[in-house]
Amino acid sequence: MSDLKKIKDEFLTKLKGKLNLSEINEIKSNLFGKNGLISSQFKKIGSIAKNERKKFASDLNNIKDELQNLIDYKINEIQNAEINEKLEKEKIDVTLPERSFVRGKIHPVSQTIDKISSIFSEIGFSVEEGPDVENEYNNFTALNTPDNHPARDMHDTFYLDEKKEKLLRTHTSPVQIRTMLKDKPPFKIIAPGRTYRSDSDQTHAPMFHQVEGLHIDKNINMGNLKGCLNYFIKEFFEVDKIKMRFRPSHFPFTEPSAEVDIGYKIKDGKIIIGEGDKWLEILGCGMVHPNVLKNVKVDPIKFQGYAFGMGIDRLAMLKYGINDLRAFFDCDYRWLNHFGFDPLDVPTNYRGLSR
Amino acid sequence: MKITFDWLKDHLSTNLKEEKLLELLTNIGLEVESVENLSLGNELFKVAKIVNTEKHPNADRLKVCDVNVGEKDLKKVVCGANNARKGLITIYATPGAIIPKTKIKLVEAKIRGVTSKGMLCSGSELNLSDESDGIIELPKSKYEKSIGKSYFSKSKSNFIDISITPNRPDCLGVRGIARDVAASGFGRLKYFKEKKNKSKAKQNLKVKINKEKNLGCNTFGSCLITNVKNIESPQWLKDKLISIGQKPISAIVDITNYIMIDINRPLHAYDADKIEKGIVVRNSKLGEKFTALDNKVYKLENGMCVISDSEGVLGLGGIIGGIRSGTKFNTKNVLLEAAYFDPKSIRNTAKKLNIDTDAKFRFERGIDPLSIEDGLNKAASLIKEICGGEISKIDIQKTEIYKNKTIKFDPHLFEQITGFKISIKEILKILEDLGFGIKRDKKFLKLIIPSWRPDISQGVDIVEELVRITGYDKIKTVNPIKERTKSTLTKSQKLFHFLQRSIASKGYLEVITWSFTDSNYNDFFKDKNKEIKIINPISSELGVLRNSIYSNLIMYMSKNLDRGFKDLSIFEIGPIFTGSNPGEQNTVVCGLSAGKKYRLSWIDKERNIDVYDIKKNVVQSLVEAGYNSDKFFIDRETPNYYHPGKSGRLFLNRGKDQVAAYFGEIHPNILKKTDLKTESLMGFEIFIDNLELPKKTLNDQKTKFIVSDYQKSERDFAFIVDKDVSSQDLINAISNVDQNLISNIKIFDVYEGENIPENQKSIAISVSIQSFEKTLNDSDLEKINKSIIETVENKTGAKIRS
Repeated sequence: MSDLKKIKDEFLTKLKGKLNLSEINEIKSNLFGKNGLISSQFKKIGSIAKNERKKFASDLNNIKDELQNLIDYKINEIQNAEINEKLEKEKIDVTLPERSFVRGKIHPVSQTIDKISSIFSEIGFSVEEGPDVENEYNNFTALNTPDNHPARDMHDTFYLDEKKEKLLRTHTSPVQIRTMLKDKPPFKIIAPGRTYRSDSDQTHAPMFHQVEGLHIDKNINMGNLKGCLNYFIKEFFEVDKIKMRFRPSHFPFTEPSAEVDIGYKIKDGKIIIGEGDKWLEILGCGMVHPNVLKNVKVDPIKFQGYAFGMGIDRLAMLKYGINDLRAFFDCDYRWLNHFGFDPLDVPTNYRGLSR
Repeated sequence: MKITFDWLKDHLSTNLKEEKLLELLTNIGLEVESVENLSLGNELFKVAKIVNTEKHPNADRLKVCDVNVGEKDLKKVVCGANNARKGLITIYATPGAIIPKTKIKLVEAKIRGVTSKGMLCSGSELNLSDESDGIIELPKSKYEKSIGKSYFSKSKSNFIDISITPNRPDCLGVRGIARDVAASGFGRLKYFKEKKNKSKAKQNLKVKINKEKNLGCNTFGSCLITNVKNIESPQWLKDKLISIGQKPISAIVDITNYIMIDINRPLHAYDADKIEKGIVVRNSKLGEKFTALDNKVYKLENGMCVISDSEGVLGLGGIIGGIRSGTKFNTKNVLLEAAYFDPKSIRNTAKKLNIDTDAKFRFERGIDPLSIEDGLNKAASLIKEICGGEISKIDIQKTEIYKNKTIKFDPHLFEQITGFKISIKEILKILEDLGFGIKRDKKFLKLIIPSWRPDISQGVDIVEELVRITGYDKIKTVNPIKERTKSTLTKSQKLFHFLQRSIASKGYLEVITWSFTDSNYNDFFKDKNKEIKIINPISSELGVLRNSIYSNLIMYMSKNLDRGFKDLSIFEIGPIFTGSNPGEQNTVVCGLSAGKKYRLSWIDKERNIDVYDIKKNVVQSLVEAGYNSDKFFIDRETPNYYHPGKSGRLFLNRGKDQVAAYFGEIHPNILKKTDLKTESLMGFEIFIDNLELPKKTLNDQKTKFIVSDYQKSERDFAFIVDKDVSSQDLINAISNVDQNLISNIKIFDVYEGENIPENQKSIAISVSIQSFEKTLNDSDLEKINKSIIETVENKTGAKIRS
């Protein structure tokens, strides 16, 4: 047996045993050190007969590679074992609580406003605003409700001066007036906002929210009004079918006027919108009165259209199953946490209005 | 307006079932508010006779009566009435009955130790009269045989409460409602021959309407009925009034009420003997006084329409009569008044004097000016029938002659407004049934508007009548087109929504509070603003418009802390007011954060919320909204409700005069005064209207992407400066050294104390230096180092720490 074969067999056997890192390093230096067995063999190459030299060199290289690989593998194996052992000791209790975080919430009224805006945006309405303090003219007179009109009794108004010229708007309808005075037709707007009436009990709050809608163009008729509201209510309550009833009513600023009821039923103590034989009034609407159009310098012969107004808080109550209107404004931390929305839950058309 | 189906049938021939009627009323705009069965339980009120009375053993004023209620056994009833005596026939309420006046259910109860099996009733308890002294005394002759029977006749008709909109005075009379029902095709309106007044007797009380400017009365009709005997109304009339919840008083008053409800013609009955020398209708003079039927004395202003005689004011026309000339049971001669009062004048007067009566409610909506004669005749003949006497001729004084209004109506308007068609035949039928006079004039209809419809004046009003009667369900649904030509939100509205959600995402709960507040709280936060009072607040705690959102937030924060929550952040986005004119308001995001940042944490060190927490929320939100924090400028000028040393004012740019935000600790005095208990209270206000709108939207093209791949060097500096030098000044100084090379500046330590002179502090700053052109060599860096140190030392008085 040649020397090479001997070396190979001897060391392969050695390396197959259980070895620690220093033992392997010792083998490594025995083989590949300056005077190591393999290193010495390489030095011999020159003295080997020419005809055998090639084979010898090739065999030597093979043996070298084989042993070298085995040694590297062994070293790697040991190092891994050592790291694993160390990491095992670093184990922590991952069930301990995470660092604390706080969640903010969006008020259900704000969420409802965003939702309403998103729905009307889809059919081309844009959002307008007006001031909370209004003058008597915009809030009443321009809306065909002159002084001494009995309809004023239906609005318990907060006044800011003795002459009763400045007041807190009792509805969002003055935004109609401001919008039409500012621009030229067509108009297609909604105006959500705060409204005020000096009325306070279990079902009335002195401040509440309304959204006004106004669509004025050529040839906008009651069919468009019905279609618009039908679309809105279906989208808002996220139902395919809605039972809706238009009922004649009276508002000084619309003619003809209507109140709109939606069908509902109570099932297991919960209100279900869209079916059932009970009616719930949710909004008032009508065709904008020609007198109102005249007041804002819009020609009622050329232009006509509809307006509507609805209570946002009430819509929110129906949508989210909230029973108590007063709770909206009580700022109870527990209530806000329960009924509030995650700020990332922005109602959008592409993603859907609700999560 | 309260009616019964039975009463409606006085005017309407119909096969309609009540259920269908209710639906129909609502469908034509006469909304049914409620339906109540008033006759329910009527059988529990029985005619009864007191057989014996004895004194209550434990109470001097009470009696124990043995009462025959038509059953085998007598009932023991405790009664406090003086007139409860043996042999009296009265009305007995069985336990379980609901007492009409109090709406309380009667139960068998022990009264001072004696069980009372029911109750003997007074007229007032049964809403039959105002008599509350003693129990009802029924005439023996009539009721002796009815003992044990129900006192009230059984009425099957339900009590229907209809909400009449202010434009429909005609439907404040039963006949008006009947007319609408008939027009919608469910029955026929009954016609009555008008009662002719064949009297030859003269109405010899002189009536004069003064010719004065703005007098609120243009027609005054009257009829004198002499030698009457005012008695209780007959049962049919009582029943009628009771059926709609009215209380019978006396025949004359009941008759005027009946006519008012039946045909919406308010009348007033005077005791003619109390009128001195005729009637004058005139404007009141300042300071005139009179006592009205509600027993109140009213002091009049100039120009209120009064009915007067030579002695003074008899009554306020169309609003309320006076006590002096009111009818009583002993009234012999009655003057009936039927007049037309101007709605505006009625409303003005009633509002000034704060009176609300049935007559006022009707006149201010507009009474049919042509109903005067009919009303007088109907009432006079009823009075004669019930109370006897002689009727005079009718006297009508007028200063104006009523002319029917007419309008020209283009039938095409109907389709133009409603979007659907009805035939001209249908149009004519509906209008005719509603009482319109119609003449066809080529394409148009010339319509004479009924005198009872003051609400109708133009084409759209006719359209409403037609569509209302045809049915709103006939209107087609035209689906909207999904098309947008204008963006939904303006830039400032987008900013509003963005900041709202941005703040919420930092752990704040959004609240909504009133726009008004308690002036005591407002005073803490009003700063330089003036208080804006509400003239008629619902309570003094909500008496002023808020000058700041803080007042409400503090109040509600305090409530929540009292509920036991210690660490809490809330915010509101909404208006604050700077004046009482429209538009004098600003939109503000205001937040409050209380308590600790970390509490009872196994991992983080417990600490209070501090100014830098709240500053982070403000700055991060502004950055998220698109503003560049490198340009922010902060100083210490804050309103007095902030801790003067721990609060800041933020501008978007140095040199801007619009405050973007305040942040800091709320002044400890306010916590003390409002008794708010927390470890720490921080707040901020962002003034949305003061934020310059970003020129580009977030979706617009971004700026060019430029980065440097040359090596970056970090250099650390420690400067010692006076305590009151702000770190902002150091950073500004450094960044101005070379904006091309200095890419980032970070303060990593602030230190005061040992080794640092008193009133000074050490600020350690790390500066990143990087060129876009080359790798900087040592000498380049050394140059910048030197320059940084020199600049900071020169500009801020700092010394580099060696």
